[in-house]
Amino acid sequence: MSETEPGHPLPPGEAGEAQEHEQTRVPRRVIGTPPPAQARILLADPEANGEPPAPRELPAGPDNPATAKTAERIVAALFLLSMLASIGFIAAYVGLEVHSVDATLRSNLALGLSMSVAFLAVAAGVVIWVRNIMPDVEQAEERHTFASSPQDRAAFEKTFTEGSEASGFVKRPLLRRTLIAASVPLAVAPLVILRDLGPLPGTTLRHTVWRKGTRMVVYGPNTPLRAADFSTPGQMITVAPEGYTENQDVLAKAVVIIIKFAPDQLVPNRPGHPGTIMNWTVDNIVAYSKICTHVGCPVALYEQTTHHILCPCHQSTFDATNGAQVLFGPAPRPLPQLPIGTDSQGFLIATSDFHEPVGPAFWELG
Amino acid sequence: MTATEKVLEGTGRWFDDRLHLAGATRKFLRKLYPDHWSFLLGEIALYSFVILLLTGTFLTFFFKPSMTDVVYHGSYSSLDGVHMSEAYASTLNISFDVRGGLLMRQIHHWAAILFVAAIMVHLLRIFFTAAFRKPRELNWLIGLTMWVLAFTEGLFGYSLPDDLLSGTGLRILEGVLLSIPIVGTYVTFFLFGGQFPGHDIIPRLYVIHILLIPALLLALISLHLFLMFYQKHTQMPGKGRTNTNVVGQQFLPYFAAKTGAWFLFIFGVTALLSTFAQVNPIWIYGPYNPSGISAGSQPDFYMGFLEGALRIWPSWHWNVGGYSFAFNVFLPAFLPLGIIITGLAVWPFAEQWITGDRREHHVNDRPRNAPTRTAIGMAGVTFYGILWLEGANDIVARFLNISLYLTTEIARYAIFIGPVVAYWVTKRICLGLQRKDVHLLEHGIETGIIRQLPNGEYIEETKPVPEDVRAKLVARPELPQLEAADTDGDEVPAPSARSGIGKLRVRLNRVLTESIPLPTGNGHGHGNGHGNGHGAEPAAVTTGESGDGQPPADADQDGTADPGQGTAD
Repeated sequence: MSETEPGHPLPPGEAGEAQEHEQTRVPRRVIGTPPPAQARILLADPEANGEPPAPRELPAGPDNPATAKTAERIVAALFLLSMLASIGFIAAYVGLEVHSVDATLRSNLALGLSMSVAFLAVAAGVVIWVRNIMPDVEQAEERHTFASSPQDRAAFEKTFTEGSEASGFVKRPLLRRTLIAASVPLAVAPLVILRDLGPLPGTTLRHTVWRKGTRMVVYGPNTPLRAADFSTPGQMITVAPEGYTENQDVLAKAVVIIIKFAPDQLVPNRPGHPGTIMNWTVDNIVAYSKICTHVGCPVALYEQTTHHILCPCHQSTFDATNGAQVLFGPAPRPLPQLPIGTDSQGFLIATSDFHEPVGPAFWELG
Repeated sequence: MTATEKVLEGTGRWFDDRLHLAGATRKFLRKLYPDHWSFLLGEIALYSFVILLLTGTFLTFFFKPSMTDVVYHGSYSSLDGVHMSEAYASTLNISFDVRGGLLMRQIHHWAAILFVAAIMVHLLRIFFTAAFRKPRELNWLIGLTMWVLAFTEGLFGYSLPDDLLSGTGLRILEGVLLSIPIVGTYVTFFLFGGQFPGHDIIPRLYVIHILLIPALLLALISLHLFLMFYQKHTQMPGKGRTNTNVVGQQFLPYFAAKTGAWFLFIFGVTALLSTFAQVNPIWIYGPYNPSGISAGSQPDFYMGFLEGALRIWPSWHWNVGGYSFAFNVFLPAFLPLGIIITGLAVWPFAEQWITGDRREHHVNDRPRNAPTRTAIGMAGVTFYGILWLEGANDIVARFLNISLYLTTEIARYAIFIGPVVAYWVTKRICLGLQRKDVHLLEHGIETGIIRQLPNGEYIEETKPVPEDVRAKLVARPELPQLEAADTDGDEVPAPSARSGIGKLRVRLNRVLTESIPLPTGNGHGHGNGHGNGHGAEPAAVTTGESGDGQPPADADQDGTADPGQGTAD
């Protein structure tokens, strides 16, 4: 360690023993004979800057023997308590089954409580031990600055220079340059090998599975629905493309909300004023992407009185009557509207894919 | 010699003969560890990491990091027959069909929360007491790196069960990655193995969570502890504590016993929390599906400030030349974090440059004795805190019964005003506390005893401050005098202070070193309390003056001047 300074002169009288201790480690006394009186000095810090090392003996007994006696009993009791708790933990493990919510909670209570007591009792016991039984001794020792001595620095520099000159690293530029040339592609290779972590994005983010004629099914029961099924304007319904209700990769982009409005509630899109594209609605039913244009959370909250669609993640708020224009929050653009119609049986269908990408913005979105 | 001693000695001899253990470790047993309650904070982080390794290993025996679709038929009947990923099903299995599984899961989660929390509080302790100064800058940077690693590790860990809440978190992560200019889409596709959610993300996060980041953390923790050990711990100011000594208790038996007890205490407390305080009940959230979410979705606390940044940011999105600059997501995700991390990383070096103080420091500052640093720290805490609160603004709005949008509007102003107010208030408080200290040093402790002098005058008796308190009060870092740029007019400015940068440095120095000067005659005396017999002398600089921004740079501020000087101001 840095604290040892072999080069430092030691005070006379100790130098010999200390050096012997540091360098030879040859036992000086015959096994079986009593140690010489100066054996303790052998263990003293040799780095003590030329001063005789201060004795740092800890008293063997506690500061207050009476308190220590009481404390000893308390600590022993705590250790025994911990032992009992650990046995209790094993008993609870063997005795209490799980396999139902109630049984699990019982088991958790018994295991957790016994485990806590087992740990905390020992912890408390040791603290009492330290505070009341061990003598309270605070000591001081010297610190040394970390910078090496000028001699050490010079010696290091000399060794380093010798080493580098012997290697010829400086003198032989051909070796040096080719080594650098070799290491550059070596560093790039591990990056290249990560290429197959995933496919290239291509235009994947621009499309969903919605096609002309894809039926909308209510997400959950997975039943198709007719425009006539909406008796009154009101709630928001989550729908998915038929045939994909268990496909998370598809749903992550294609999930849609539909809301039926009363006549004249929807604000039509007209030049210079964005709104709901009426050609894409059926009987005042409008469909928007459920994926928030902020970072992709499902916009699951709908307030019927204000027609506000709210994303619970970051509170982007969209106006459902008005082409899902952003009213508040960090979302940069409206929820894309899905063109919908009805098929020959009167079921709601998409009449095409979304006309713009759904979900959060990405570099190529434009 | 008892039998035990014989066995001990025999064992010791056996190892020593082979490893030179006695010679190599005898100093470690005697190593001194300074004591202060705040030094335990880092230990909390260390020991919760150990708990995380232990409980985490148990969990890996049962967890299946797979996104394969399965139909659940386990003990949790509410989800019977429901489609879910194998990851989610195996987490239900750990919770309800493995004895002690729920306890281990909850301890793991609580320990993770404690881990990040302890790191943050430890980091603040280091900052406010300036324990980052030379020679400990490297350990400061290592610690910062570990903070980032720790909350990333936490995010990836709580994402593994593939429940509705954490899946939503991953969805947000996808949105954040997509917003990165130029490479974002590729990064996302490479991480998720294609489109979100795909089938690769859970196994990939798993290997990062149980191997990559823990290995990095383990390596950095080892380095962190080694450097702490090698450089010796700092100490709080007090009697007999100087920059050239270390005052504390020996490793054996004190530190060994105390730190062992502390580990058990932390393990006990996390076990107690896990017994009585439910955490992350994934069975209530249900399996992830991209169309589901519940109101009031909150990440674990350490991701809250990023969540808040996402909520507070305006909808900045620009289409430039057919490409999206999604700065409504990219900036909040990376800018506040970048400001905090960069600021913290640069601070020790900036402070060194501004003060010109390049000496080693082993006695910590009391936060009040560096009013500007403390104020800047509190401004940072406020900045973080406002973002963090905004990350739960729906809860706040409901709690205060105010509009959700109003909370965001308030936060949008508060994020600028709050740190300034915090800076100002903290600085005033610090200067006030310094004045109190100076008053104590000058006048002693009020006894409440009123005495009438023979001439009829009433005086209150004071008694001198005890030596150990005095040592704490006068312990201030000695700052070198910077070469001034603008002098009284008679002198030529120092060459180093003439340039623009030099002038800036002098100005920053004045702000950073603003302090209420100690009473003259107190010197510093290396905190030994001697040579301080001039406490009764009138103060050279009346304490009221420095409040109005009087730069103390040329006052008797660093105590290097002799007692008779520095009174002219």
